[in-house]
Amino acid sequence: MQRYSGFGLVKHALSHHENWQRQWRNPTPKKEYDVIIVGGGGHGLATAYYLAKEHGITNVAVIEKGWLGGGNTARNTTIVRSNYLWDESAALYEHAMKLWEGLSQDINYNVMFSQRGVLNLGHTLQDMRDIQRRVNANRLNGIDSEVLDARGVQELVPIMDCSKNARYPVMGASWQPRAGVARHDAVAWGYARGADSLGVDLLQNTEVTGFKILDGRVVGVHTNRGDIGAKTVGCVTAGNSGVMAKMAGFQLPLESHPLQALVSEPLKPILDTVVMSNHVHGYISQSDKGDLVIGAGIDGYNGYGQRGSYPTVEHTLQAIVEMFPMFSRVRMNRQWGGIVDTCPDACPILSRTPVKGLYFNCGWGTGGFKATPGSGHVFAWSLAKGQMHKLAAPFSIDRFRTGALIDEHGAAGVAH
Amino acid sequence: MFHIYCPYCEEHREEEEFHPKGQAHIARPADPDACSDAEWGDYLFFRDNPRGIHHELWVHAVGCRKFFNITRHTVTYAILETYRMGEQPTITAESLASGEKAGNVQAASGGQQTVGASDAAVASVKGAQA
Repeated sequence: MQRYSGFGLVKHALSHHENWQRQWRNPTPKKEYDVIIVGGGGHGLATAYYLAKEHGITNVAVIEKGWLGGGNTARNTTIVRSNYLWDESAALYEHAMKLWEGLSQDINYNVMFSQRGVLNLGHTLQDMRDIQRRVNANRLNGIDSEVLDARGVQELVPIMDCSKNARYPVMGASWQPRAGVARHDAVAWGYARGADSLGVDLLQNTEVTGFKILDGRVVGVHTNRGDIGAKTVGCVTAGNSGVMAKMAGFQLPLESHPLQALVSEPLKPILDTVVMSNHVHGYISQSDKGDLVIGAGIDGYNGYGQRGSYPTVEHTLQAIVEMFPMFSRVRMNRQWGGIVDTCPDACPILSRTPVKGLYFNCGWGTGGFKATPGSGHVFAWSLAKGQMHKLAAPFSIDRFRTGALIDEHGAAGVAH
Repeated sequence: MFHIYCPYCEEHREEEEFHPKGQAHIARPADPDACSDAEWGDYLFFRDNPRGIHHELWVHAVGCRKFFNITRHTVTYAILETYRMGEQPTITAESLASGEKAGNVQAASGGQQTVGASDAAVASVKGAQA
């Protein structure tokens, strides 16, 4: 693999940038792999990368029905934070945050991780109580988090309407300075390039159509390019996880919903942090090329159509204009939907399944992007060792039968 | 935007009057005290979540406030029928599969997605209404 560097950029400039190496191969599937990862999004590619890098397991294939990072990795609003309430989820997301902080160097790929901070606004007394509780919990878990009052918020974001005349006046916020945004596509591409250089086969346009199961143990997958054998299979298919589980013969506690997002026309730099409001119900940041990146809640119905309804878009923009009246005349450029697999307790599933050797990493719902490195890291460990990593263990499917739920609805950016 | 036929109001109304409430026809265990944790967990949390025909519960929240059922396709979003509580769907994944072979799908007008629907979805709804 050609290493990327400033020197390399200068060197390639001399040959008009015509000799850059391809970032990854396009290999022919082998008959059998040690591990197959189903789903070539950020989480799947990260899993493959860490399997190869940290556990020396390089006979690995990532099987993707479309193109790499073309699902929710390409459709999210790129926010990264770790200010979750409960110990189990705080540990998992903070693990991811620490990996984010060294990620560009680790995978030699600029993921443009920008720790510009995230504000979670409070508009009612109850909001502020919940924020104080969450900030205290964060600090006990070693996560940077502060409570700001309305004046503190106004100082950070002068363009926001923090006056008492607002319909839902800003009373304060929680503030995580280490949080921020990252370049979503670069995360998938960086992990893909890293995994490929360590020998992982990335099989695009290959759709898994079923699992080969022998005596309750997975031995491979059926695909539209023939059967491929595997000792271990990790399924990381986000919105389609319910469909994959059905192929393997069991149910998951998931519902797939469209989650919409939109970007505006590019503007000059105006917003240098991320603002989320659970109560007014929307979140916004500005990308490096100037677009306002906007999102809010899911469409409430089940859907796999990668699009949602216009009333949801309207509600989202109402919330943004409520917080930022100056954006009322900004024109929106593009709008889209991704299919998120939501869990009843708003926490992911990293788990063994009733089929031996088949593991699922799913249920990240509306907030999976921020966890990409941590999710891949602990899932790779679990696949390599054949037992769940201690950070992943509380997120077993069994919790929906034992009742040990991890209720993170309150720490979701907005209610869903 | 869905345009949904409420089987109680007997009118098509806009999506914003309604709220989706998830999978329909989930039977509450007859004797909850006798359920194992696994059975109770299955009842509370585990769902079909199909890619295709889905029977789901909706409420006409700012209309008649009654619950009713919709049979809808979760990829095209086409609404195939709406029916009252206590009734059973006339269109199911199985009936549609066998009906398609016979080439005579006749679906009731349950409503449609008027904006944002793909041409194929609109065509399939129009076909169903014809």
